[in-house]
Amino acid sequence: MKKLVIAAALACVALSAQAHRPWMVPTQTVIESERETWVTIDGAVSEGLFDVDHMPLRLEGLAVIGPDGSSTQAPAPYVGKHRSTVDVQLPKDGTYRFTLASTNVMGSYKLNGEMKRFGRGGSSEVPAGATEVKTTTTVQRLDTFVTLNKTSTGALKPTGTGLEMVPVTHPNELHAGEKAKVRFLLDGKPLPNFPFSMVPGGVKYRGTANEVRLTTDANGEASFTLPAPNMYWVSAGYPANAPRGPGVEQPAKRYSYSATLEIQPE
Amino acid sequence: MKLSHSLALTLPLVSGWAMAADLTVKFDLPQLNVAEYHKPYVAIWIEREDQSVASTLAVLYDVKKPNNGGEKWVKDLRTWWRKAGRDAKLPIDGVSGATRAAGTQTMTFAGAKYGLDKLPAGDYKLVIEAAREAGGRELVRVPFTWPAKGKLAASSNGKEELGAVSIAAQ
Repeated sequence: MKKLVIAAALACVALSAQAHRPWMVPTQTVIESERETWVTIDGAVSEGLFDVDHMPLRLEGLAVIGPDGSSTQAPAPYVGKHRSTVDVQLPKDGTYRFTLASTNVMGSYKLNGEMKRFGRGGSSEVPAGATEVKTTTTVQRLDTFVTLNKTSTGALKPTGTGLEMVPVTHPNELHAGEKAKVRFLLDGKPLPNFPFSMVPGGVKYRGTANEVRLTTDANGEASFTLPAPNMYWVSAGYPANAPRGPGVEQPAKRYSYSATLEIQPE
Repeated sequence: MKLSHSLALTLPLVSGWAMAADLTVKFDLPQLNVAEYHKPYVAIWIEREDQSVASTLAVLYDVKKPNNGGEKWVKDLRTWWRKAGRDAKLPIDGVSGATRAAGTQTMTFAGAKYGLDKLPAGDYKLVIEAAREAGGRELVRVPFTWPAKGKLAASSNGKEELGAVSIAAQ
């Protein structure tokens, strides 16, 4: 019997036809404190950034990479109607990376002459006797970064798996008007000529989206001037510019990356 | 109102022409370099001086989505929705239409069909609202006087979701 095991942490977000965006936002990205320090991570899925009006992001499996590079599991989140929330203690000074990785398998098969879909919130197993099994695996990662008192780089080393952004310029030292550099990797290898976007939050009040579209160079890096202060959603997908929508043949494996970065005022 | 002799002679000609006038609206939908480009939803209407809606000319949305699925997002045209859309029932014959691709789009509205011939004289604005999925929302207003003295031509510009917008009546 053929069994496909699904990691459902981000089920039904990955291949949604609507522009639903999964994101995490920390209560602060730069904390200065001499006392016991906590940061709260909110996670949600919404159309507008960073509106909390649709559905919570499943934060189970959220990993916290500390300043020394070691990884621990964040405590169990509270899952509300529109957002998930988890409080995480920051025991040492330095930069922490909050990273949420998942693999989701979706697809369709034929059984008794009927076409059935799976993985999109429905049954996650392909039954015996199914034919014409088509699957798409989406490997997804979400990142955000928080620094307590002094920046450090121990938590910023790439995991080397899936689609990943390496913040060459420290992610908690981004100031509007200054230059910044990022690198994109796929399974640890640089991705040249790779497009990605940065979208500032608050479209509802501003009107214009102000999406910044950038492309990495031959070394898989992009240098650019940081736009106006705001919380930004960085997003990238591999293969880039793959056609989407119902009826379109999906590639067998897709990668999706997003990160929340705060561009601070000068 | 006392009309001068010369004005009494010309007025019937001017108002007669204005009543037969078709309104042509040209608008630019910029080709945007973004991660996920979806053709914007667009609403076009004539606004009175008090900002109420005199006439809705067009509502462009995903009319082809099964089970009227596209209607769900029409409320993203927040301004039109609040002023007229919430009370309207879609599809509206002659008003509902498919979304348009990036580029310059031209739409012509026959005077009699869209109530332009019954529009009381006064100052109005042609309002066009564009809302793009995973994008922004923008309104452009083009003021005009009705009936126009001579040929009607006016234009304005958006910043991101809309480019040049112009109206003409002939």
